[in-house]
Amino acid sequence: MTAAVFRLLQALLVALFVGVTTFVMMRSLPGDMAWRIAAHRYGYDLVDADAVRLVREELALGGPALPALLQWLGDMVRLEFGTSLVSGAPVVDEISHQLGASLQLAAVALLLSLLLGPPLGITAGLRPGGSLDRGLLLLSTGLRALPQFLLGLVLILLVSVELGWLPAAGYGTGAHFVLPALTLALGLAALSARIARDATAAVAASPYYAFARQKGLGDSQVFWRHGLRNVSVPLLTCLGLQFVTLVEGVVVVESVFGWPGIGHGLVHAIFGRDVPMVQGTALVMGLAFVLVNALIDAAVRRLDPRGAAG
Amino acid sequence: MKLVTEGLLSERGRRRSRRFGAVLVLTVVLFAWLAPWLAPGDPFGQALLKALGPPDAAAPFGYDHLGRSMIQRLGAALRLSLLIAFFAVAAAAIFGVTLGLLAAARGGRLDRVLVLLSDSLLALPGLLLVLILAAVVPDKALAFAAGLALVLWIEFFRLTRATCRGLLTSPGVQASRLLGFGSIYVFRRHLWPEVAPLLLTTAAFGAATAIMTVASLGFVSVGMQAPTPELGLMMVELMPYWREAPLALLQPVFAIFLVLLGLNLMAGGRTI
Repeated sequence: MTAAVFRLLQALLVALFVGVTTFVMMRSLPGDMAWRIAAHRYGYDLVDADAVRLVREELALGGPALPALLQWLGDMVRLEFGTSLVSGAPVVDEISHQLGASLQLAAVALLLSLLLGPPLGITAGLRPGGSLDRGLLLLSTGLRALPQFLLGLVLILLVSVELGWLPAAGYGTGAHFVLPALTLALGLAALSARIARDATAAVAASPYYAFARQKGLGDSQVFWRHGLRNVSVPLLTCLGLQFVTLVEGVVVVESVFGWPGIGHGLVHAIFGRDVPMVQGTALVMGLAFVLVNALIDAAVRRLDPRGAAG
Repeated sequence: MKLVTEGLLSERGRRRSRRFGAVLVLTVVLFAWLAPWLAPGDPFGQALLKALGPPDAAAPFGYDHLGRSMIQRLGAALRLSLLIAFFAVAAAAIFGVTLGLLAAARGGRLDRVLVLLSDSLLALPGLLLVLILAAVVPDKALAFAAGLALVLWIEFFRLTRATCRGLLTSPGVQASRLLGFGSIYVFRRHLWPEVAPLLLTTAAFGAATAIMTVASLGFVSVGMQAPTPELGLMMVELMPYWREAPLALLQPVFAIFLVLLGLNLMAGGRTI
């Protein structure tokens, strides 16, 4: 089976899972769903029992679960999510709005983590056992025992509440980016630094590295010619795995910092039992995750055509 | 993904850090279950006059914003998190190892189907899966345990399958089979000794994931609901009173840090 078919299958599974769970959520909502939809269509003043009955018959809301489920899934596949039960705006509009904010935050965080993690890890890996290496191990062990929301909490309390340097929450200016992006980036960097350190240590101890030194290449030459590309393959795979952390982090960190992104949207939708929004946001996040994994697969194959990167 | 984990710690140092981790976890577990005996009272009983008050004889850890004993709340919250983590990891391990053994031993179509299933489940980020399940299932603790088990079994499955596939074709197993020993003997003498230490690492890591997930969802108020004592929920409740009672907020923060540090150290040099 080719990778593309497999990813497609994954995407289908995501859609099925999201579709079925949101259907169950919809069915277990308190109150009369048909009444709510009818009120939405005709206006709260004009709705009466007949209109509700018509809606119920049309959408098979009172009927057996299976046809209703199929209809529900069909609507989802056609990307007809409907309107948010809370704001009344079409779900698609809300999500495209949120997705932009989330992508901004994720991109800044990822960039920051790449500036922090791999350079530190590579420097430490070139001198295994040195003081930087030891310090980094201690730091990354400590950071990994600090969940993202806790890191966010600590940053808010220290930087915003006690020092008053940066806003604790909100969106709009560059200053708002710093704390949420740093929270996400520190968690990511703790891992990528470890991976980079291990990969660099392994490469630097390898026979081909020693041979390159033997034939007279200098420290930096041998690293740029023979080290970096070999180190980058596990790093890239790690980046793919980190996308899990990033997606999960976006859910938590956006909620902690009040960032108007898709993770915040999902949490709010679940809190408010806004089923169409839950469906839309969860689907978009799941599919984005599959897409990025597919892209990382392709990139790894390009970098390391041996196909051994697993 | 293969990782080079020839770390900078020696074998002895690694063993020591693992033992330290185990001691940390054990301390927290002991505290969680001994808390009701260390001080009287229950996690819901209120003494409103003493809200945010300092420690006294009745409540050695002080009081929260509603005058509830912090030591009781902390103990109950830790018990909840640890129990959810325990059941999730236990269920994940039982399913994962059994299916992994089956896949390795049978091979063929069963193997392919199981691998496809586990690989496609990886398509959903774990937190998302648990979050959505918790929104559907009315009993939150049950939803967390089930959702986390659904996320965590994959790692056990992949590990068992990968380890046992190699072992089953090894000369040792062949010799045992030729001598007429059955599957149970092969499992006990050849497979289990190799798999067990790996499982411990995965279990510690899984427990850390579970505790972290429950607390994160509690913190963003889609997890356990008040007045249930839960670590993340306690933090978000106590956060507005940071200036008045910093110690009250620091207690759940410190508790979760200790548990996660202990579990991560137990998991050893594992990075992912």
